[in-house]
Amino acid sequence: MSQSLSWNRKDLIDVEPFSRDEIETIFTTATAFKKAMEADNMKQPYLNGRTVVNLFLEPSTRTRLAFEVAASRLSADTITVTGGASSLSKGETLRDTARNMEALKADIIIMRHSASGAPNYLSKVVDIPVINAGDGAHSHPTQALLDAFTLLEKFGSLDGKRITILGDILFSRVARSNIICLQKLGAKVTIAGPSTLVPKAFEAMGVTVSHKLQPALEGADAVMLLRIQHERQTATHFPSIGEYTSSFGLNKERAAWLKPGAIIMHPGPINRGVEIDSELADSDQSVILQQVTNGIVVRMAILHLCSCAYHKQTVELPA
Amino acid sequence: MSHILWIKNGRVIDPANQRDAVGDIFAVEGKIVDSISDTQKADATLVDAAGLVVAPGLVDIHVHFRDPGQTHKEDIRSGTEAAAAGGFTSVVCMPNTSPVCDNAGTIQRIMDKVEREAVVHVYPTGCLTIKMKGEQLAPTGQLKKAGVIAMTDDGACVQSNEIMRRAVEYAKMFDLPIMDHCQDASLTEGAVMNEGEWSLRLGLQGWPKAAEDIIVARNVILAELTGAHIHMQHISSATSVDILRRAIDRGATVSGEASPHHIEFTDADLRDYDTVFKMNPPLRTDADRESLIEGLIDGTLACIATDHAPHSPTEKDREFDAAPFGTSALANPLASSRPTLYHGKRLRLSEVRALLTHKGAEICKLDAGTLSTGAPADICLFDPDEEWTVDANKFFSKSRNCPWHGKILKGVVKSTYVDGQQVFDGQSITA
Repeated sequence: MSQSLSWNRKDLIDVEPFSRDEIETIFTTATAFKKAMEADNMKQPYLNGRTVVNLFLEPSTRTRLAFEVAASRLSADTITVTGGASSLSKGETLRDTARNMEALKADIIIMRHSASGAPNYLSKVVDIPVINAGDGAHSHPTQALLDAFTLLEKFGSLDGKRITILGDILFSRVARSNIICLQKLGAKVTIAGPSTLVPKAFEAMGVTVSHKLQPALEGADAVMLLRIQHERQTATHFPSIGEYTSSFGLNKERAAWLKPGAIIMHPGPINRGVEIDSELADSDQSVILQQVTNGIVVRMAILHLCSCAYHKQTVELPA
Repeated sequence: MSHILWIKNGRVIDPANQRDAVGDIFAVEGKIVDSISDTQKADATLVDAAGLVVAPGLVDIHVHFRDPGQTHKEDIRSGTEAAAAGGFTSVVCMPNTSPVCDNAGTIQRIMDKVEREAVVHVYPTGCLTIKMKGEQLAPTGQLKKAGVIAMTDDGACVQSNEIMRRAVEYAKMFDLPIMDHCQDASLTEGAVMNEGEWSLRLGLQGWPKAAEDIIVARNVILAELTGAHIHMQHISSATSVDILRRAIDRGATVSGEASPHHIEFTDADLRDYDTVFKMNPPLRTDADRESLIEGLIDGTLACIATDHAPHSPTEKDREFDAAPFGTSALANPLASSRPTLYHGKRLRLSEVRALLTHKGAEICKLDAGTLSTGAPADICLFDPDEEWTVDANKFFSKSRNCPWHGKILKGVVKSTYVDGQQVFDGQSITA
């Protein structure tokens, strides 16, 4: 039996405009792909003959690979262009780069960009679907969707579930998209970390802000860790990596504050011994690698749905 | 042959002289006169201004004309044409040209071009420091001889308190006001918009109000130390308004200005990453906006200045982080400042006029902004009731980066006169 779904968005820029129903449609689609994958039905025909461009203007491994795998599982031809190899490094504007890709008959552009709002801009410049693979500190919608998908696999529903996001929230697009997505699905979100990286003003987004680890973790159904950097951007925000770990690093003792059965998540790349104790990252509580696998099927769902919307086709799913 | 201008039956609003009544304005040889003889009337260029407001030409003490060096953005001709079409007859140009105005030669070059090409009065400013680096004082005396009317490192606020102290102390000797773009650079590295809820939502790097407040406070302290007049440009923060208000109450020699965009828009307008809303200082919150309006009403902020900052369309057509700061603002601030200030019943029309005419002129000691006897016959004819849709593509400016583009405003400039000669007729530049 094949299901059919209605979907009318050709772009995925941000989770913000999506209704809960729309998010659930993405998950229905992803679930169908996941079942097919588990039945060893790896290749789907839906993007056969289409060209997907991965325009990665900022370094990425996991996200880029997951999009490449997702597109090829949908039978698309994929081209990956990275920052240094693009004409942007020769002074071409993003508008011209994108218009050229359209002229080369690309069907979908997936973009990672260091500037917040760049995919919003791109979607106004080109007609074809634009999928945001992460822009600055703004949005990383596919990561948030795969995180929510992973949580739903575990809990069935997120209504009333307490999720704590811990780390550098200020510069994190993953945190922002998760705050929006998880709340749309009924979860209660706490953000935690040093005051300089977790400003109180985030409360305007509906979250609880905590600068103390124990109350932030106690009773949480899941904790989502973010990578801590101490590079140029955050150089003045906290004293040192060691200081961070001593106050906010997740170790066994602190993980015991979580609700029994709680899960530990991380979008990667992880820094073992910094934000997470190495043993914890590999423990049964950790779903870090499930997140990566789910990243394939959620991105297959996005590519399929947006392509169908652009071509005004009914969405078909694998049997 | 002497040139005689007779503007008849308009509603004459001359805030500096508390005049607001229907009447006539006369000018002979480019100067306002009280009356003209019957013989002169027969020879005069007669303008029927019935139904129009006849007011001093507007004065803008803060524009960027990019000339020399960045004339793809604007030049003296296009900038002054844009000014004339917006009802301006006197503008004060910022010195961040290429090269910057830290030497008399560059000022002379500007003055020569103004002489040849400008359609309104242009007053240059000189840099406070060499190359606007904030390290070594610029030759203030020579700059004054060359024609500058104020000193400023606009856009590159002097960070060293010692250099700023000496710069203002030195400029005072030449009776030149100091205009300062108040920005503590250490707090704004990489910042592109107001720090607050919207910067968090948009993931754009925040620019705290404190960056402005700290320098405003410093400047108040230095004005009190030295007695120099320090004028704070484009105030955007409620706290800065408060600091200024207290300082002015104490008698400190400080003043401030507000820009039309800061009293009209807020950081929430950046929600679509539209680069026309990217400016320095950034658009703030509604509470700040309200404080600026209060400051204009109670006189804490002496005047409105546009900070006209033109950029070429290509430069603004970028990712938000990569686009330059600035907004094209000369098209009609009289109309664009009216929704909040006048139609919101906050100020009378004559009071809005004052903010755009003699108040700014007084800060820079310009002979402008009034219809006093003997003043230059710089006049703006304005229909206060006509509506128009702002179309940036029709600007005389080379720039299109205008946040009012597409908005319907009330109030149209019908004619602009400089020294008694018409330079704009409501449609075209006539000079």
